[in-house]
Amino acid sequence: MPVSVRIPTPLRPLTGDRELVASCGSTVNEVLDDLEASWPGVKARICDAGGELRRFVNLYLNGEDIRFREGRATAVRDGDEISIIPAIAGG
Amino acid sequence: MGCFFEGLHCRECGASYPGGPTAVCSLCFGPLEVRYDYPAIARAVSRQQLEARPKTMWRYRELLPLEGAVTVGSEVGFTPLLRAQRLGQRLGLSDLWIKNDAVNHPTLSFKDRVVSVALSRALELGFSVVGCASTGNLANSVAAQAAAAGLESYILIPWDLEPGKIVGTLVYGTHLVAVRGSYDQVNRLSAEIADRHHWGFVNINLRPYYAEGSKTLGYEIAEQLGWRLPHHVVAPMAGGSLITKLAKAFGELETLGWVEAGAPRLHGAQPEGCAPIVNAVKAGRDFCQPVAKPLTLVKSLAIGNPADGPYAIAAIRDSGGDAENPSDAEVVAGIRWLAECEGIFAETAGGTVVAAAKRLAERGVLAGDQRVVLLITGNGLKTREVLEAECPPPRTIGPSLGEFEELLSEDRAVAS
Repeated sequence: MPVSVRIPTPLRPLTGDRELVASCGSTVNEVLDDLEASWPGVKARICDAGGELRRFVNLYLNGEDIRFREGRATAVRDGDEISIIPAIAGG
Repeated sequence: MGCFFEGLHCRECGASYPGGPTAVCSLCFGPLEVRYDYPAIARAVSRQQLEARPKTMWRYRELLPLEGAVTVGSEVGFTPLLRAQRLGQRLGLSDLWIKNDAVNHPTLSFKDRVVSVALSRALELGFSVVGCASTGNLANSVAAQAAAAGLESYILIPWDLEPGKIVGTLVYGTHLVAVRGSYDQVNRLSAEIADRHHWGFVNINLRPYYAEGSKTLGYEIAEQLGWRLPHHVVAPMAGGSLITKLAKAFGELETLGWVEAGAPRLHGAQPEGCAPIVNAVKAGRDFCQPVAKPLTLVKSLAIGNPADGPYAIAAIRDSGGDAENPSDAEVVAGIRWLAECEGIFAETAGGTVVAAAKRLAERGVLAGDQRVVLLITGNGLKTREVLEAECPPPRTIGPSLGEFEELLSEDRAVAS
């Protein structure tokens, strides 16, 4: 099932400079694996060696932080949008 | 004037980057940090030379990340550091001081420091549009200083902000956008906007420069105490950057040989309804559990997912500090204590600091005769609504001496 993934600037060298890419999977983790298959190197930037999300990366599913859902096991549906966003200073 | 800033490096993996408009390591997403040539700074400027400069935060310009001279906010900073004897008596602290950024220029909060650096750097980098995501104080300062610099600005805020902070932003002629959502959602949207439009967002792609401005609070405290560091500093925490930069500032002063070794213990304050960093410190964790729905009247500290959380925790722990999360009622009491004892009207973040200091004193973390500095980072006139219940309308009388004498005798009767 296709979901769209919004790619932040630091990762665009790995996605042929695309801002938005399509990816498949029924969970966030499957989407990340599919992303890695299409654009090698992306997952290693987002996740550490153990597969956990790096501590300065936030992943949003339709605008909601996946840490408030089931993390990488969060289910995704056709047409969902995932945003990968670096942590941002306060203000 | 020489330039002593050597570009950026990743705090996580150490990768180096030139000093461009970028805040995130492209290898590991770690935050980028400004690096300086400290031996060259030590050779170029002495404490005595610095003391002869104008009393603004830019007297420490060698330790700030500009290539040339300051262009935006050259009058910011060097706010009063005052002895707080009466508040000290109430808290049982005999050597208590207040660093009062509630009277900072031009918008009455410590954010004027970070924005001055960020917008000066934005001009060096060639931006003509700047912006920020904000809980209020930053919005005020970006709008004001962008106006003064002739820059166009876009500012995004959560839609439930205090009216005073909204008027205090709009007046400068900015594009203000209220977003139906929490601050963390505003932040996410701003990151996407900054990415797409290549604008200079002070707390996003200009963040490494912006955050350095907070260090000047630390330099000023040291200089105003005669180049001596206090035993304790109590600071408010939202995203966690300020307390991290205080640690950097005190460390730099030691590196330069401008103060004796022995950095202060750094204590952090957050309101009970949004205290991800305090909760982590109290639980002995080195990471923050984000707060999904901050519930507090302290909107300026209501950041549920603090970007610098892990570094703030480390700054507290490495300095031997502690943390407290007073309730909203304690925060309001803290605002009143500071006002009644010292004549300073702080915003809710200031009340949080006073209330946290009270708890730390009661627990014996702050000991009676040690030197303690409280950071008051914003002005109470911006968040008056939290005191409305506390401050009923004044008693009204006719223009008659008789009526006044009657009122006075009632007061005297109550007092006796």
